[in-house]
This record gives sequence, structure tokens and C-alpha cells, in this order.
Amino acid sequence: MIAAIEPTWYLVLASVLFGIGAFGLLVRRNPLIMFMCIELMLNAANLTFVALAVQLGDINGQTAVFFVLVVAAAEVVVGLGIIVSILRRTPGTTADDLAELKG
Amino acid sequence: MTDATFLEYVVFFAAAVMILGGAIGVVIFKSPVHAALGLVLTLFGVAVQFVALEAHFLAAVQVIVYAGAIVVLFLFVIMLLGVDESIDLSIEPIPIQRPLAAVMGVGLIGLIAAAVVRSRDALVINPGTGLDVAGENAGHDANIQQLAANLYGDHVFAFELTSVLLIVAVVGTVLLTRKWSKADSDASAERVDS
Repeated sequence: MIAAIEPTWYLVLASVLFGIGAFGLLVRRNPLIMFMCIELMLNAANLTFVALAVQLGDINGQTAVFFVLVVAAAEVVVGLGIIVSILRRTPGTTADDLAELKG
Repeated sequence: MTDATFLEYVVFFAAAVMILGGAIGVVIFKSPVHAALGLVLTLFGVAVQFVALEAHFLAAVQVIVYAGAIVVLFLFVIMLLGVDESIDLSIEPIPIQRPLAAVMGVGLIGLIAAAVVRSRDALVINPGTGLDVAGENAGHDANIQQLAANLYGDHVFAFELTSVLLIVAVVGTVLLTRKWSKADSDASAERVDS
């Protein structure tokens, strides 16, 4: 006899996903891949929201995920715009080369 | 052990393997295109977990917005800029960075997991109004109806503000990535001078 899956399992899974995303953000130098790692961490937060919405029986958690999705989309659009304009000016640049805001 | 519980386990662990495998792929793949495909795997796994958690609308939105729009945007940028060659990951400009980052990541996971496991009995402190998905008169669209009532009821002002946010993001991106012609920059320079 095994117990049913608890929301705790989802929270632990989300914490592992967040940790991997944070690790990738720290070690990778390609700005695009750093952006993907930020998406991983956002997804971990979304998973936490939905798991706790089920645990607490509260639909507000799912509404929060909806807003996170919207903000993530806006963030990706602006961030990729910045990355495109930087990489068009200096191709093959990494995050180490972007120590100054000057173009 | 009932069959339904066993099936839940299969779904949970299959989706967990998808999520973690894709996430590790994002971090360790050399080519940005492969990393983007790993990201797709993770996003689909999260969508599967959303279905398992009875959040059907969010699962659909996850696939459409994330896998359908955001990852395609990433791939467009990779192709547009031609940065899809492999990166040499053996170069470490700061030697101690990777061990430190690993310690930070493992510590973060350990701390969060410890806090979650420790507080598992204290989670139900202030139960909400209840999700309709488990009710006996819940239809197949109960999740969408409840989410819509909440979104357009309690959070309607925030919902309107998201439209402002999206417009600002789109206009800002168009301005950021626009190639200014010589005449335009000369004209603006004259305006600044005069």
C-alpha cells in the first residue's frame, strides 16, 4: 500500500528545478542560455503556485500563475530585444564582455 | 494499491524525469538550439504536472504560450543572429565559480526541500474557498469557469494592467531593435543641437 501523491512532492520537485535553473544562470555565459535558465526558475515558481492552489483549495494560486505567464512573456520580449541589439553590434559576445552599459 | 494511485505515480515520475532531464539539458548542452529543445521538454513536463493537478486551462496556456511562443522566439533569435555554433564549455574564466555555484545550488535545493518537508503538516492553515474541480457537480470546464470568475472578478484591475504591460513591452522592443537610418540619426542630432 502506497500513499497518494502529496503536494509536498511537487514542491520538492519545484525546488530541484529552481536549483538547477539558478545553477545554470550562474555558470553559463551565453546570454540566451542565461535567459532560458530564468525561464526554468519561473516555471518552478509556477509549479509551486499550482501545487499549493490544490493543497489549500484556493483558485487564487492559479490566477497568480496566469499573471506570471504574462509577465514572463513581456520579460522575454524585452530581454531578447536587448540581446538582439547587443549581439548585432558585437557578435559572439558573452555576459562577461557586458560589464558596462555602454553600447 | 489501487490502479488509479499507481497511474498517478507513473504520471508524476514520468513528468518529473521530463522536467529535470530538460532542465539539466538546458544547463549542459553546448549548442543554444539543443538547450532550447531541452527547455521545451521541461515546459511540456510542467504542463503534464498541471494536468495532474487539475489545472487544465493553465496546462493549455503553458503549451501555447511557453512552448509555442516563447521557445519559438528563442529559436528565432538564435537563427537570426547565427549564434547556433557550439560553445566550448571547458573554458572557465573564473576558476572557483562552478564549484561555488554547485554548492549554492545544492544548498538552495536542500534548504527549500527541508523547509517544505518540515512544514508539510502546517500547510493547511487558512484553507481557501475550494476548487470546483473535485465537486460532484463539476463539469469538464469547471476549472476554466472558476478561474475566469476569479480573474475577471477579484483581479480585473490587474488584468487590465497586463494589457498596458504588454503594449509597453512591444513598443519598447520595436524601438530597441530598430535600425536607425542615417537621415534619422542626423535629424535627431540636429534637434539636440538646436
